[in-house]
Amino acid sequence: MEFLRFATAGSVDDGKSTLIGRLLYDTKSIFQDQMESIEATSIQMGNDYTNLALLTDGLRAEREQGITIDVAYRYFATPKRKFIIADTPGHTQYTRNMVTGASTADVALVLVDARHGVVEQSKRHAFLASLLRIPHLVVCVNKMDLIDYDEKAFNTVKEEFRNFAMKLDISDLTFIPVSALHGDNVVERSANMPWYEGSSLLHHLEEVHIASDRNHIDARFPVQYVIRPQSDDHHDYRGYAGTVAGGVFKPGDEVMVLPSGFTSTVASIDSFDGPVSEAFGPMAVTIRLTDDIDVSRGDMICRPNNQPTSSQDLQAMLCWMSETSPLAPRMKLALKHTTRPSRVMVADLQYRIDVNTLHREENPETLTLNEIGRVSLRSTQPLFFDEYRRNRNTGSFILIDEATNATVAAGIIVGSGT
Amino acid sequence: MFSGGKDSIVMLHLAAKAFWPARLPFPVMHVDTGHNFPEVLEFRDRRVGELEARLVVASVQQSINEGKVVEETGPRASRNRLQTTTLLDAIEEHRFDALFGGARRDEEKARAKERVYSFRDDFGQWDPKNQRPELWNLYNGRIRQGEHIRVFPISNWTELDIWQYIARENVEIPQVYFAHERQVFSRDDMWLADSEFVTRSEDEVVVTRKVRYRTVGDMSCTGAVESEAETLEQIIEEVSATRITERGATRADDRVSEAAMEDRKKEGYF
Repeated sequence: MEFLRFATAGSVDDGKSTLIGRLLYDTKSIFQDQMESIEATSIQMGNDYTNLALLTDGLRAEREQGITIDVAYRYFATPKRKFIIADTPGHTQYTRNMVTGASTADVALVLVDARHGVVEQSKRHAFLASLLRIPHLVVCVNKMDLIDYDEKAFNTVKEEFRNFAMKLDISDLTFIPVSALHGDNVVERSANMPWYEGSSLLHHLEEVHIASDRNHIDARFPVQYVIRPQSDDHHDYRGYAGTVAGGVFKPGDEVMVLPSGFTSTVASIDSFDGPVSEAFGPMAVTIRLTDDIDVSRGDMICRPNNQPTSSQDLQAMLCWMSETSPLAPRMKLALKHTTRPSRVMVADLQYRIDVNTLHREENPETLTLNEIGRVSLRSTQPLFFDEYRRNRNTGSFILIDEATNATVAAGIIVGSGT
Repeated sequence: MFSGGKDSIVMLHLAAKAFWPARLPFPVMHVDTGHNFPEVLEFRDRRVGELEARLVVASVQQSINEGKVVEETGPRASRNRLQTTTLLDAIEEHRFDALFGGARRDEEKARAKERVYSFRDDFGQWDPKNQRPELWNLYNGRIRQGEHIRVFPISNWTELDIWQYIARENVEIPQVYFAHERQVFSRDDMWLADSEFVTRSEDEVVVTRKVRYRTVGDMSCTGAVESEAETLEQIIEEVSATRITERGATRADDRVSEAAMEDRKKEGYF
């Protein structure tokens, strides 16, 4: 069955938890003992109603303070698809959490309160969704019940959001008027809004086409592990294991291995269940080549006539996540890109972007926690990459502080050179 | 880490597939509380033998004998919590940098906050407020000496996913997962197996029931559910229809308090 991952964004007041609770409740994905447990806690905390946010607030500190600290994952299924929700909190660490939850999402769900329209936070959500190139953005205009299910008000929000989104690169934008509290247009189409001709939220999530979002053109296979059994049965076996990061591989394909530049031919594509006739993302397979050439972990297998950019200089958008030290030019960090670790130096910090206004501040001195900026990086060895907009797998990286080993930045490759 | 439960069986199966045709490049470790189901121990030894893997057994009984932990007493005594010390000692002894575990986020609310690569400090502690962000499929496994990473590859699987995978891949599992007649007694709305590891009170009467296990842990704290499901298809049907989570139905260890799992995890539990 097909999986769909979606990330939700919005503050508590937008009714995000209620919407998720509604989706789970109406698809019968909340269990009786979970419901009893959150009902009891709600009463203990003196809430007037059963607080569905408690379903995802799994830590004691979260329950005590009534806030969500960290991304929470929830699961549900319908006969058509299985869903993974990354619920990203709206309060503290907002950018860091949303970037984390959104990095693997197929769909971003942004909530807008129908009474307040597009606020600064909605713009921030839309910007981050477009920066991370989540293929589909769904704007749920919530609390329609509080504005008498008014079509005109819905259209105003829609226009406002569209005007802002035009400045961004969003390929698929959908608007759904909902009332999470009453369930209008969440699972079933609402009788209160006969003027709305689109799908309910769940129906949209079940039907949105995600199969073509992956890159099936540029063949990319970062080698994760070399399999050499050293046993009598498979004496001369040497295979390269990994997950296809782009394109399609077939036996007989002429391939090139980077950084060596040697060419060879795919002898077979192996799996535990037997050989396969083709491999594409995100299949995990073992590739064998016809020639004994030097291939090790961190190398990239591609096609000679379609190679990734190979360079020590890259241009990237960074989301800085360190709570302790800011990013500054000349800083040295560990980098992890595909299966290849490296070290980089921050050659230049070109600008910082205000996520609320999209305003660019040129040549800032630092990037601090939750700030996003454009940098030039110089790596100790060549990296094999594509632009993130072309391939999320070969266009993304993380930076690690070598002193603390903390993950301090998410990186999106926008080009090469200095 | 291999307990003989369904999640670790699936994980072992995935590992065997990933490294095929080579053997696993790491040993299989069982934290043995001494209170296991005999069927599960038998299964463990057979499966490890089939894979020609190396088995490391970390024994809670040995930790007790060496005076590192003290056995709980009374009718509710459990070795569940003692496992943490045994596990951490074994990690230190074998100098493991990383351990794979079969925990899933849908199991329990504290586990829902767990990373795929979960960093543990020198004391094996989990710090939920200070976790490394995980972006794309780029995991940060960097540690200093003495620290380690717990890796949970099947974090995003649900109980139903596990059963569907077991059925699809024809993975063998211990018989205790299928409905069978067993001598049980009722405690806290759960059916506990009558065994030498539990002390019953006078009004806890042993009866015979047709039961199966949804989770497999210690005999002293894992409850069975009444069930007629004798085949994988019937189990999948039962799991699809159930209204109670697997840990809610079967684990006394999670009922200690609302944050029982979080507290144990902070100490270094799985």
